[in-house]
Amino acid sequence: MNTEAIITMVLTQGIVIGFTAYFFYKVLTIKPKSEPDSFSDNNEVEERQ
Amino acid sequence: MSTNSQAWGSRVGLILAMAGNAVGLGNFLRFPVQAVQNGGGAFIIPYLICFLLMGIPLLYIEWSTGRFGGKFGNHSTPYILDSMVKGRVLKYIGVFGIFTNVAVAAYYCYIESWTMSYVYHSLAGTFEGMSQSGIAQFFNNYVDISQSSTGIPYEAVVFYILCLLLNTFILSKGLKGIEKVAKIGMPLLILFGVILAVRGLTLGTSGASELFPDANAWDGLNFLWTPQYESILDLKVWMAAAGQIFFTLSVGMGTIQCYAAYMNSKDDIALNAVSAGFMNEFVEVVLGSLIVIPIAAGYLGLDWVLENAGFGMAFQTMPYLFQQWGPVLAAFAGLFWFGLLFFAGITSSLAMGTPWMGFMKDEFNWGQNKGAWSFGLLILVMGLPTVLFFQEGVFDEYDYWAGTVSLVVFAMLETILFSWIFGMKKGWAEITSGADIKVPIIYKFIIKFITPPMLIIIFLGSLFKPLNNDWSGNVSSLFAGNGWTLDNGSIVKTVMHAGIKDKILATTDPVLIQQLQDQMMYLNFARFLLLALFIFISSLVYFAFLKRRREGRATL
Repeated sequence: MNTEAIITMVLTQGIVIGFTAYFFYKVLTIKPKSEPDSFSDNNEVEERQ
Repeated sequence: MSTNSQAWGSRVGLILAMAGNAVGLGNFLRFPVQAVQNGGGAFIIPYLICFLLMGIPLLYIEWSTGRFGGKFGNHSTPYILDSMVKGRVLKYIGVFGIFTNVAVAAYYCYIESWTMSYVYHSLAGTFEGMSQSGIAQFFNNYVDISQSSTGIPYEAVVFYILCLLLNTFILSKGLKGIEKVAKIGMPLLILFGVILAVRGLTLGTSGASELFPDANAWDGLNFLWTPQYESILDLKVWMAAAGQIFFTLSVGMGTIQCYAAYMNSKDDIALNAVSAGFMNEFVEVVLGSLIVIPIAAGYLGLDWVLENAGFGMAFQTMPYLFQQWGPVLAAFAGLFWFGLLFFAGITSSLAMGTPWMGFMKDEFNWGQNKGAWSFGLLILVMGLPTVLFFQEGVFDEYDYWAGTVSLVVFAMLETILFSWIFGMKKGWAEITSGADIKVPIIYKFIIKFITPPMLIIIFLGSLFKPLNNDWSGNVSSLFAGNGWTLDNGSIVKTVMHAGIKDKILATTDPVLIQQLQDQMMYLNFARFLLLALFIFISSLVYFAFLKRRREGRATL
């Protein structure tokens, strides 16, 4: 691959991977809101924001 | 106050279901082809700009309108829009949000059934020893329903019905069933995609043969990613980028609103929307660009790819390329590739069933089973003509009107409704309510002043597409007073079958003329079915309105 293509590919894919990972990290680490919320699996979880 | 009788199990499940709705075959096939045809690496710049200016705003609009409608117990676009804006006619704009799903699911299930069938054929070793043309012919034989490759009579129809039964069965389990499929399907899709992408990245020149001595996977990646800056000034590239963003996110369908309608009004949509959107972008930009083009260029050379890049590569080319890896690896690669496409397909087709089910539940109190099986029946009635008359163009006609035009029309109208009629003050409050991230305030301006004009331009661009898709040339021509010449692919000319009529005028062969006239008849038949479906759903919305009025629930 030529340098220009490598830079474009790495930069673009890096940005997309970076944002995807960042948003998913936020989704997984932000504590759920108090009940009743939209989700049924956590109805029994006691620890809340 | 939410009146949801169903609920998502978890936040991750909801995001995966939303991402699964967006991720489809286009991520792996349409995106790289669009990039190749529109300036390679330069395409990515307008593409990302359109994602920021049109994709994210549309996601915010659809997520927030869905959650807003859900507060009033509405889970499909006719009455979601009705709860936003009072007006008898406006709910009929929402008909698009059910119509598009039924019409697209009708032919989309057929593509999905191909992937099921090709998984079977890959594992059974059907493609072993076949030449490239042999595999291309295999596909042509497959869609000719009178032929069978397995001995099962009407094999294509059987696989279609099997696929439809599977979809209907999962839908009958409600949101929980959809969420379970997304939680299994999306990680598997990414795993399969990563394995194939690594192969695409590392193939290099090892696939060169006597027939294609210059084949080199790096050439494919070079072409895909080397920026050709002059093409940024070409309007055609911008139209293609906007179109790709539009179709890849599955906006303008009514499915996002339906999924979001099952959310509680205090829960976040801002972070959820961008998480699902970026997951789709990851699958498209990262995985989608590293599979088909480099692998095809690695075995067949860049020239072949540039000449043949298209949707058909998935079924007519990839099985041949996998054969070059030996029978065992070919079976696994076939399983990964068609399995990946299957999961991409089924997570989308399941989403298409929910607006119909939500509408029938809200308005006529139909349960999950009745809703799901009636959807299956509707798809069977609408979809069988696409299977039986695939080669006559019924499938493509559905794709054009329901899978292309209808999406643009609905997205344009809902965006205008949200930002200009519902109003950005209320709209912004909906988007930011319960948000787990700070939404940049600039998006208030973008949603009101940038996104609607962009969608209007895309719609007008499709309506009056210029000859040979030469935007820059036709704009210059218009300003020079030489007029605007329409392409046969423009909506205006397509309505009149201009392309087929041109072919009839250009030939004197009576057999060919008869074939072209027959083709027009089949296309008109497809249009009649689509129109009948639209009228049928509009009638249901009208009956629902009468029922609501009798019950004192009608808003006007």
